[in-house]
Amino acid sequence: MKARLQPVLLPLAVAVAFVAGWHLLVKGSGTDIFPTPKMVLLGTVELARKGVLLKYVVASLFRVASGYLLAVFLGIPLGLLMGWFGRARMAFNPAIQVLRPISPIAWIPIAILWFGVSDLAPIFLIFLASLFPIVTAAMAAVQNIQLVHIRAARNFGVTGLDLFRKVVFPAALPQILTGLRLALGVAWLVVVAAEMIAVNSGLGYLIIDARNAGKRYDLVVAGMILIGLIGLGLDFLVRRMENLDQVRWGLSRN
Amino acid sequence: MLVPTATAQEEVKREADARGPKLSVRGLWMTFPAKDRKSQDVHVLEDINLEVREGEFVCIVGPSGCGKSTLLNIAGGFLQATAGEIDVDGAPVHGPDPRRVFIFQENGVFPWMTVAENIGFGVKRSTEAERRELVHHYVDMVGLTGFDRAYPQELSGGMKQRVEIARALAAEPDVLFMDEPFGALDYLTRLRLRHELIQIWQRERRTVLFVTHDVEEAVQLADRVVVMGRRPSRIRAILPVEVERPRDLADPVCRLLRDEVFGIMGLDHHGQGLQAATSDKE
Repeated sequence: MKARLQPVLLPLAVAVAFVAGWHLLVKGSGTDIFPTPKMVLLGTVELARKGVLLKYVVASLFRVASGYLLAVFLGIPLGLLMGWFGRARMAFNPAIQVLRPISPIAWIPIAILWFGVSDLAPIFLIFLASLFPIVTAAMAAVQNIQLVHIRAARNFGVTGLDLFRKVVFPAALPQILTGLRLALGVAWLVVVAAEMIAVNSGLGYLIIDARNAGKRYDLVVAGMILIGLIGLGLDFLVRRMENLDQVRWGLSRN
Repeated sequence: MLVPTATAQEEVKREADARGPKLSVRGLWMTFPAKDRKSQDVHVLEDINLEVREGEFVCIVGPSGCGKSTLLNIAGGFLQATAGEIDVDGAPVHGPDPRRVFIFQENGVFPWMTVAENIGFGVKRSTEAERRELVHHYVDMVGLTGFDRAYPQELSGGMKQRVEIARALAAEPDVLFMDEPFGALDYLTRLRLRHELIQIWQRERRTVLFVTHDVEEAVQLADRVVVMGRRPSRIRAILPVEVERPRDLADPVCRLLRDEVFGIMGLDHHGQGLQAATSDKE
């Protein structure tokens, strides 16, 4: 097998084996509930034809984007401040460490109480879930800046906002991006869970509704596969950003 | 390239002396306070007195941990001495200043900037054209032509130190503080960079205070070698090196000087203590 084709052919072989195994297990077990691969495919096509597929994907992506971007624009400055100013860290860190372990799922009742059954509830949950990895990463990034760099910058008369712009932020960027990638993964996990309870559209809603409204497990599995593929796509986008010069220097290479 | 004649060099020295020392250390003491109740205060430097003339290359040697880097950091304004004064151009040192650039042993170069961006970091010129020309000048001077767009991670240790040196020079400082700049490099690279440093220095003649643990390096580079003892360190001796550069370490005068420094430090050629080693508290 040519080396160039291996990254494509090997996973493809595993996928084919997996689908074949799936099909055989379903047929062999004689179940009439769990779908075969072909049924899932047909279900997906059905959703696409009805226009539901695109609508639900867009709804989920919209909620993730809103909550995530809110967390980015709040979390990065907060983390940077906490990393740089010891007193800010002392003030805010305990609160953050207490809130962090509370699963976003545990926030669902409060979210519904505050925001009702609307888009705001899942957006709030996504915001919460994304915030903590981002703040922690930004804070750690600043704390990990090498003293020699700060000294060199001060030596050249660079202080204050200039120091932040030219040294602190660029030095922290790789670790911040790692935090962003982590947070995006968590956000995508949470949106699905949040949609199962609080709203009437989206991929999470599709899964619960497909089961409740008619035991359509073919749509359930279709929804799951879609969630997986979109999650992969999002992660791929962030990893592309890791190739930028401003970031590449700080991430370990194989 | 013209090499200044002996009388021309003396003339420069006399003029510099008339202006007063470039760097003056008077009665400097440094103690690091104990970290907790169980440990002791650490006395590092004791009554350091030193004057460095403008355009002079002074090396500080001493055993590991003797505080030579501490002394340099105080001179650079990164640490505050416990007692005593340090003046540059007659004005006391309060903190780091772009006129006195510090060259670090490693990792001083900013990894998120290219070679050209690093070198241009401290450049004081106002017009873009002047800046670019200056950066280009120093990229060439340190032998990194063609690497301006490279990132530090693509460079070897020796190349990164060249960037470090170029960045310092491009800021056109009055004084250069060099803290074991070649200490992290392999032997051959060290030899090469020493040689290139002297060539560069001879073109611009900035005042240099250079810390090293390598006695031969000090003898090869310095106008004067300051020998420090073990902690709490005092200056044990200051030896002038009046050999023309570039210096051959095999030259008998250089060998004698090296041996003399070893003797002052109480060591023989194998780095072992001499039987008649004098006490540091003499």
